[in-house]
Amino acid sequence: MKLAGFLLLLAGWGIVLAAVALLPWALARTGFVLAGVGVEVLGLVFAFRSHRVLGGERG
Amino acid sequence: MTPPPVPALSETATAVCILSILLVPFAAAGLALVNAGLVRSRSAAHSMLASLCVMAVGAVVYFVCGFAWQGFAGRPAHALTLAGRAWSWIAAEPFFWRGLEFNGSPASLAAWLGALGAGLAALIPLGAGAERWRLGASCASTALLAGWTYPLFAHWVWGGGWLAQLGINYGLGRGFVDAGGSSSIQALGGLTALAVAWILGPRRGKYSAEGMPAAIPGHNAVVILFGCLVALVGWLGLNSAGAILFTGAEPGRVVLIAVNTTLAAAAAALAAAWITHTRFGKPDASLCANGWVSGLVASSAACASVAPALAVLIGLVAGALVPFAVEWFEMRLAVDDPGGAVSVHAVGGLWGVLALGLFAHFPGPVRNAAGGPWPGSGGSGSGQWLAQLVGVATLLGFVLPLTYALNWLLNRFYPQRVAVEGERQGMDLYELGAGAYPEFLTHTEEFRQR
Repeated sequence: MKLAGFLLLLAGWGIVLAAVALLPWALARTGFVLAGVGVEVLGLVFAFRSHRVLGGERG
Repeated sequence: MTPPPVPALSETATAVCILSILLVPFAAAGLALVNAGLVRSRSAAHSMLASLCVMAVGAVVYFVCGFAWQGFAGRPAHALTLAGRAWSWIAAEPFFWRGLEFNGSPASLAAWLGALGAGLAALIPLGAGAERWRLGASCASTALLAGWTYPLFAHWVWGGGWLAQLGINYGLGRGFVDAGGSSSIQALGGLTALAVAWILGPRRGKYSAEGMPAAIPGHNAVVILFGCLVALVGWLGLNSAGAILFTGAEPGRVVLIAVNTTLAAAAAALAAAWITHTRFGKPDASLCANGWVSGLVASSAACASVAPALAVLIGLVAGALVPFAVEWFEMRLAVDDPGGAVSVHAVGGLWGVLALGLFAHFPGPVRNAAGGPWPGSGGSGSGQWLAQLVGVATLLGFVLPLTYALNWLLNRFYPQRVAVEGERQGMDLYELGAGAYPEFLTHTEEFRQR
């Protein structure tokens, strides 16, 4: 789950970069940037959850 | 690729910038005091020595290779061409600051500020790793931060890199703007603090078997609060120097920058005091201190481009976020962060960056790190908030995985967490052989368990 979280963070950033570089229309660009940030938030949730689980196992 | 050179600073601007940079070490001193006060007395000397060591390592590593990757706008850099546009992704300066003329040129001032900024960013994770992070490991981690993570992102923001170019290349406002380092110093340091806290795990005794956190208060509220006042002096210099160097602010604007910085910190501290008083019946000294620093952190990005009333608003939000973020990270997310580094620097820094996108107003010509100059248009320009959001996405989507991976790799070869015995004795006795307060009783776990 930890790896998935970090991969989602990177994937979200990739979506943001692609939106900026490839989409000339303001609305589409904004939408895809927001979607990329959404994917990053999902990645953060995964990363935090995986570290909570690992912490529980240690404790 | 060698972009067109940026215009030289006026003599007045150079003098004000030099005086401002002279104040920046006070920011480091303030953060070091806050971190030292927030740990238990048995690790206080270790905390201060670690602060000194990471400042030293940060400055030296940045001198060796950091500035070579960061560079400055208008100087050689490597660029990728993506969809027909040049994306400057890393500078191409020689190592050891060769080729720099130390005569007050903007590049030499940027190198000087960068050496201090790298140390400042490296101080932030010390708060999160306190009482369990080995001295040698914190220095090694600092070398990675000052030699790679910090200069790379700083190039993108302050060295004419692709984030600063978003305005020129894609019409997103003036590109990503951050005058004083809310992103490149504070959020970057805060996210590194999160990575370090994850890798180290919580302190012994912090969480019960059921996952309930125990309160482990800092040992000296006086030192913490004094550190806040010292940090204000440093931040006045940091924000002023950054605004002059990286956004082309006129020297007279330093007055607005100083007012905004002070008001943001004041509003943030009051917000934290009011919230803790409302929730707990009394204001909490350490959370108020964290609120104050969070206000400073959030003020940095937009210090030169918002009216004082908006600086108060930025500070209020930053200060209000702190108590909730500290509680959220500690109780819900099981992140043991004794110094509140993630809540203050990562959350506050990200808020500061976004606040610029929402509130910035550029009344006169603005030169961001990509060149410009941009005409004063009476507003922030359409798309400025999107440029700031792309910067936030880069911090979360690239900087956090990068800094986690670097520290994870370091931990594989050089374990970062101190041995169990070190945590039991306290870091002072275990790693330094002497305590910070040798005439006072040292409270070890043996005493606590009586």
